[in-house]
Amino acid sequence: MPRIVVDVMPKPEILDPQGKAIVGALPRLGFTSFSSVRQGKRFELTVDGEVTDAILAQAREAAETLLSNPVIEDVVNVEVVEA
Amino acid sequence: MTELPLIGEAVAVAAEPRLAGARIGVVTFPGTLDDRDAARAVRLAGGTPVPLWHADNALGDVDAVVIPGGFSYGDYLRAGAIARFAPLMSKIIDAANSDARLPVLGICNGFQILTESHLLPGSMIKNDHLKFMCRDQVLRVENNSTDWTLDYEAGQEITVPLKNQDGQYIADEKTLDALEAEGRVVFRYVGFNPNGSRRDIAGISNAAGNVVGLMPHPEHAVEVGYGPESLDGIGGSDTDGLAFFTSVLNKIVGANK
Repeated sequence: MPRIVVDVMPKPEILDPQGKAIVGALPRLGFTSFSSVRQGKRFELTVDGEVTDAILAQAREAAETLLSNPVIEDVVNVEVVEA
Repeated sequence: MTELPLIGEAVAVAAEPRLAGARIGVVTFPGTLDDRDAARAVRLAGGTPVPLWHADNALGDVDAVVIPGGFSYGDYLRAGAIARFAPLMSKIIDAANSDARLPVLGICNGFQILTESHLLPGSMIKNDHLKFMCRDQVLRVENNSTDWTLDYEAGQEITVPLKNQDGQYIADEKTLDALEAEGRVVFRYVGFNPNGSRRDIAGISNAAGNVVGLMPHPEHAVEVGYGPESLDGIGGSDTDGLAFFTSVLNKIVGANK
């Protein structure tokens, strides 16, 4: 069954405290090549049947209203992934 | 929410009988923790607490609403994000924005729900130090003209408990400037910013002053012997939070000083 993948990231201007903690931990494991980490969220919405334009539009609306908070986050990607 | 348990000096507050007619709804979501404390605070202040359930479709006969702290829906997705779409929340949002301007107080998770509901601007993200923090916190009352702060003096410093993980208040600079210019920063952290909140903001209001949200917990500072200790040098008293509730009760019965 197809899925609609929604990716949400903290806005660039907002310091991401979780990403900051992760970038601090990486060098302790010997991963020294990464100067910054930002942590986002990936949602997978499963659709029973075909993904129509209307269903994709619903997913975009859900992404903007519930899955993300536009004050602190951006929806950076909405795409259909066939199973 | 019936009789007060026999702890502390529960009758120490000189609650006025005429306030008992004021009915304050206290909302419970799955995962709410502090609804009983909020109801108790309402009663200690002299009012009548009314339990409200998130799935209800009607607000009923209440004169104000408290959205208490806790972890509604386990803080899944974002703190307050799922609670915001509960049936009762849409009634509360409508009532808060109506001409009647229902007084609404959001405490901690309740504040997060109010920002997710767009009743208040900005948002909360994880504390800048990433730890859950629990401490007695000094706040300055920056605006004593909201429905929930009328019984405080302007500039008064109070001490109430603070306990949260996602308490860092953020908004863009334009929103922050507007909040400051319109006197809508209601509480500011004093002496120590416990979570990295912009401009030390602990609580804000909407433009009309009927909706107030803050991260610290006034409902945990309403009873002698059970509030913040005044012995550790940060001052304050055990009952600094009580005036939140007397403020709105007095406003409802039309008797603010």
